[in-house]
Amino acid sequence: MHAAVVVFPGSNCDRDLAVAFEAAGARVSKVWHKDTEIPAGVDIIGIPGGFSFGDYLRCGAIAANSPICRSVAAHAARGGYVIGICNGFQVLTETGLLPGALLRNAGLKYICKTVGLKVETSASVFTEGYNAGDVIDIPIAHHDGNYFADDDIIARLQGEDRVAFTYTDTPNGAKADIAGILSENRRVLGMMPHPERAADAVHGGTDGQALFRALAGALTAA
Amino acid sequence: MKARVHVMLKNGVLDPQGEAVRHALGALGFDGVHGVRQGKVIELDLEDGATEADVAAMCEKLLANTVIESYTVEMG
Repeated sequence: MHAAVVVFPGSNCDRDLAVAFEAAGARVSKVWHKDTEIPAGVDIIGIPGGFSFGDYLRCGAIAANSPICRSVAAHAARGGYVIGICNGFQVLTETGLLPGALLRNAGLKYICKTVGLKVETSASVFTEGYNAGDVIDIPIAHHDGNYFADDDIIARLQGEDRVAFTYTDTPNGAKADIAGILSENRRVLGMMPHPERAADAVHGGTDGQALFRALAGALTAA
Repeated sequence: MKARVHVMLKNGVLDPQGEAVRHALGALGFDGVHGVRQGKVIELDLEDGATEADVAAMCEKLLANTVIESYTVEMG
């Protein structure tokens, strides 16, 4: 598996994401926001967490309009895989690759803690290492993680089995407890929690490992 | 020429910051504030001849996220 991790000014989880990919057996290329091409042969693009462009205007809005994001959209349009974590999820909603938006947390506070996540579907390369219904412990660290979409979109996400993860005890006001969603072709995942921060025993938890291992298994075999 | 863009969260989208401001006003004794919605104002300094349609295009592309926000444009 060859993974590309996009780096924006203000990204701060790019290295952690690269390490998690590498630990699962991937080759990783870092890609700068001003680059216009994704390296040839990349199977999956990771959009990392952080505060791209200082969260100016709206979280992820300026990153979503950076040169590299046109290539990310083209990669997704070709059926390529993309994972956006935290700020990366915000970028994916701002690009329109995923529906909805991430609003300020309902309690207005930045929240940094480990939360319980229910795996809602195992039917994706991202989640097939879990069983639907599993509850896993994954850290969150965000100020704007309150998932919002209109009722029709929420119903559609649920009806099409595209809710990947929900919170067991929603910390941020997210509609329908949504923590992560899949694109229509199930190849783009956006999630607020950080699986790359629970991917090694020294992190204090390894519940995120199965996501990266499943990806490596599926995309290496492909 | 100048343009002024007002961006507001759409009706039906919870505005926790506006709610916090409403509570703070109540705590200061300003009774009778039934609701507060907080938005932003963006001022643009434009080449002469720019049209409202140009600014609307900027709003659609970047300045507002129309999933959650509405905008109005004031020219001049």
